[in-house]
Amino acid sequence: MAAVLPNLTKESAMEEKKKKGVGYWLLYIALPLTVMIVWEGFALAGKLKPYALPKPGKIVETTVEYIQNGQLFTNIGVSVLLVLEGFFLAFIAAFTVGIGVTIFPKFDTFTDLVIQILKPIPPIAWIPLAILWFGIGQDSKIFIIFIGAVFPIFLNTADGVRTIDKKYFELARVYETPKNQLVTKIIIPGALPSILTGIRLGLGNAWVSVVAAEMIGATKGVGYMLSNGRSLSRPDIVILGMLLVGIFGKLMDDFVRFLRKKIIKWN
Amino acid sequence: MGNIVEINNLTKIFGDGDKSVKALDDINLSIQEGSFTSIIGGSGCGKSTMLRIIGGLDTEYDGKVLVDGENVASPSREKGFIFQDHRLLPWLTVKENIRFSLPKEEKKNDELIKKHLAIVGLADFEDAYPKQLSGGMAQRVAIARALANKPKILLLDEPFGALDAITKVNLQEQLLKIWQREGITMIIVTHDIDEAVYLGQKVVVMTPRPGRVKKVYDVNIGTMRVRTGEPFTAARDKIYKEFFKETELPFTYNI
Repeated sequence: MAAVLPNLTKESAMEEKKKKGVGYWLLYIALPLTVMIVWEGFALAGKLKPYALPKPGKIVETTVEYIQNGQLFTNIGVSVLLVLEGFFLAFIAAFTVGIGVTIFPKFDTFTDLVIQILKPIPPIAWIPLAILWFGIGQDSKIFIIFIGAVFPIFLNTADGVRTIDKKYFELARVYETPKNQLVTKIIIPGALPSILTGIRLGLGNAWVSVVAAEMIGATKGVGYMLSNGRSLSRPDIVILGMLLVGIFGKLMDDFVRFLRKKIIKWN
Repeated sequence: MGNIVEINNLTKIFGDGDKSVKALDDINLSIQEGSFTSIIGGSGCGKSTMLRIIGGLDTEYDGKVLVDGENVASPSREKGFIFQDHRLLPWLTVKENIRFSLPKEEKKNDELIKKHLAIVGLADFEDAYPKQLSGGMAQRVAIARALANKPKILLLDEPFGALDAITKVNLQEQLLKIWQREGITMIIVTHDIDEAVYLGQKVVVMTPRPGRVKKVYDVNIGTMRVRTGEPFTAARDKIYKEFFKETELPFTYNI
């Protein structure tokens, strides 16, 4: 009998598979491939200055070299760990405060001015203070990432709760729903799509912050690769570092989108 | 049996000062326990406002409203309320939606949930999400949810207004059967004259600006309701005339 129900997830999954044939993937890689070919062409024609922009082959070489000597994994590993630590702390704080301000109006009034003033300050503006407070070790970087990730998650959490249809709260009154259930059965699931959007934005900001923080004072990490590559006049190292940020940022975003599909089954 | 609802001199004003609107003006009405009452009127006659006051969803008014002998201070499970929209939580399955509504001591009572889904003929859909249900099915789940809480009175606010005509007739039949079997007092607010006459033993006709009870009809078409035939047509015609006389215009639906 359950077969009578339209299986929404399966249908849409099949639709997607159908769309993603060979043509899809060809189109998907066409642009980066074209860029590489044109780039290589310019290099062969001798139009590029190697100290400003190396040819693609040089970047591949450097990548292989960095994989072999282990520097690639060390650097990206350090940055990924920092991003996860800072992001995790930011998520806990933003989620708690974000739900808190919507449930307790007085808490909202109490915190609003401070939040509104801190929010426009970009994470890099915090770097000097962070170094004075936490030194140039990992703690100061975690702090910068925290600042970068906390506001998008907070705003989207609070917004998500505020846009839940009021009619569900009326329903909760009819069924005398206790406050803890109001939070677990209406507020959190109702705000979840928006919270996940906040998480995606927060993760993006975490990467922005980690690169900024590592460029200023670090001996490891992708941000260090960028500043180190510049002082060595090695644009290939710089570009490899940038690509690593891009690729790992995308992978993390893909993971959150995958989670979203798994968690939000009702849409 | 006595009266489960007693309304005395109920007046409800929205807003204040120059912009105030009298939604209900000196309503007096009593509803017998176990009866089925229809409240009908055009839009703006205050029929839904009155139902919300009985249900405890709106507690600011003048006058006296007693349900089961007590002043209504808040909504409760005893006063089941069916809204025009099914109001199922989209993120919970049918079964979990009903569980959500149950009191603490009944939360784990799967039998209770199954039994009430069976009453509305949806026993096989307990694991479906609301989005997978049709409008009529979702409204049946909402009715099952209300019934599972063993209400003394069921208040229905244009429950079938958003459904197509055939689904609507089916649900009316089901509701009537539930009423006959469970003996719960039911009050339905509607703008559909056929629905009001078919379901109600009493039809309360309300008029707008300000909202007043114009007349209360006893519909004597017997317990086994038939939509066709003399008694039904006669009762319906009486109420049709009520509206024609009032507005000098053919009655139109306000959906």
